[in-house]
Amino acid sequence: MNKTVNNVEEATAGIKDGMTLMLGGFGLCGIPENSISELVKLNVTGLTCIANNAGVDDFGLGLLLQKRQIKKMISSYVGENDEFERQMLSGELEVDLIPQGSLAERCRAGGAGIPAFFTPAGYGTEVAEGKEVREFNGKPHILELALTADFAIVKAWKGDTAGNLIFKGTARNFNPMMAMAGTITIAEVEELVEVGELNPNEIHTPGIFVQRIFQGSGYEKRIEQRTVRTKS
Amino acid sequence: MLDKIGIAKRIAQELQNGWYVNLGIGIPTLVANYIPEGVDVEFQSENGILGMGPFPFDGEEDADLINAGKQTITALPGAVFFDSAMSFAMIRGQHVQLTVLGAMEVSQNGDIANWKIPGKMVKGMGGAMDLVASAENIIVAMMHTNRKGESKLLKKCSLPLTGVGCVKKIVTNLAVLEVTNKGFKLLERAPGVSVEEIQNATEGTLITEGDIPEMVL
Repeated sequence: MNKTVNNVEEATAGIKDGMTLMLGGFGLCGIPENSISELVKLNVTGLTCIANNAGVDDFGLGLLLQKRQIKKMISSYVGENDEFERQMLSGELEVDLIPQGSLAERCRAGGAGIPAFFTPAGYGTEVAEGKEVREFNGKPHILELALTADFAIVKAWKGDTAGNLIFKGTARNFNPMMAMAGTITIAEVEELVEVGELNPNEIHTPGIFVQRIFQGSGYEKRIEQRTVRTKS
Repeated sequence: MLDKIGIAKRIAQELQNGWYVNLGIGIPTLVANYIPEGVDVEFQSENGILGMGPFPFDGEEDADLINAGKQTITALPGAVFFDSAMSFAMIRGQHVQLTVLGAMEVSQNGDIANWKIPGKMVKGMGGAMDLVASAENIIVAMMHTNRKGESKLLKKCSLPLTGVGCVKKIVTNLAVLEVTNKGFKLLERAPGVSVEEIQNATEGTLITEGDIPEMVL
């Protein structure tokens, strides 16, 4: 089955104002750089974006925030972005902050046909407000609902034309769960190969979850916190 | 009085052979530099690695290899990468033996606040709420007082909570304390710090029984 599209324009076709998007990545690691640039060009607005972070001021989802294309963010940590914090504190941007493990599991559940689950994370905090609480094994848990999206946009290291994906290092993060939870899942990859070239034992995301795949270009792969040691 | 490195060194003494350990951002990250000799531990970072190694040498950084603090890291032999759902399965499923994290406030019943100052700062909880809700063994690494000199060890937290009744032990620049059902039990003093100084810097109930030993670092 061939899921290949020619370029980022074809990959993002159909993304419209007011849609809900999932975007993979942790910080700037493993983000779909090509697709984010295209969303800026398309100038779609009123977006609800589900992503662990909101990029930095001038890269990643920060680019969409600068142009006020995002109406609502669903994230776990947004600390590295001044513009985000400003829009949130002023009330321009709606923000739903979710514990990171709950965010990951809500995406997984959305793709796995599980409508909701109980977790201890957030019990007794403002995250639990308005949520059903139930005790299991003597410990209180809160009910969290599955998340899905009109489009899930993920970034992988290698992919084949059938949409099978392999991620590299810690750039995997939220990408596999989000790939499962999109009505249409777009995968941009650093290297696109023919079917049969990837070892089936080593595929992380089966192509059944991916509808469109293309080889991206010009990856900047910006590093947020460059930390090194010196050779002694 | 200890500096940040001293706090990290003291916490490193708590590490036990065979433990999987999650270190939070800031002081907790430094703990990895002071693992006691003969103790074999493996570090988990919730963005998706077990077997996290030291920072890379200059020029060998890999943008696809970072920790939860978004710092460039290395992977040790035997390391493994995984997705975020798998990572929090390790955490929620209590496969990680120790969590070390920072805090803005801790209350004497073990509540912790470290993610939000209403109207001023909202960074988000990241993985902290999942970690504190499930970890059996949580050590908080922090300064005893905030920048204004106010105690961070309180009767009751004033900031939005990250978790309730979860902190077991606290290591500050002044002391090692245990959370008990009667209050903060003083276990050790930092070098050169008196019980009185610790008392003055602690707003919550401080329990001192007998002679309080000085830390050995």
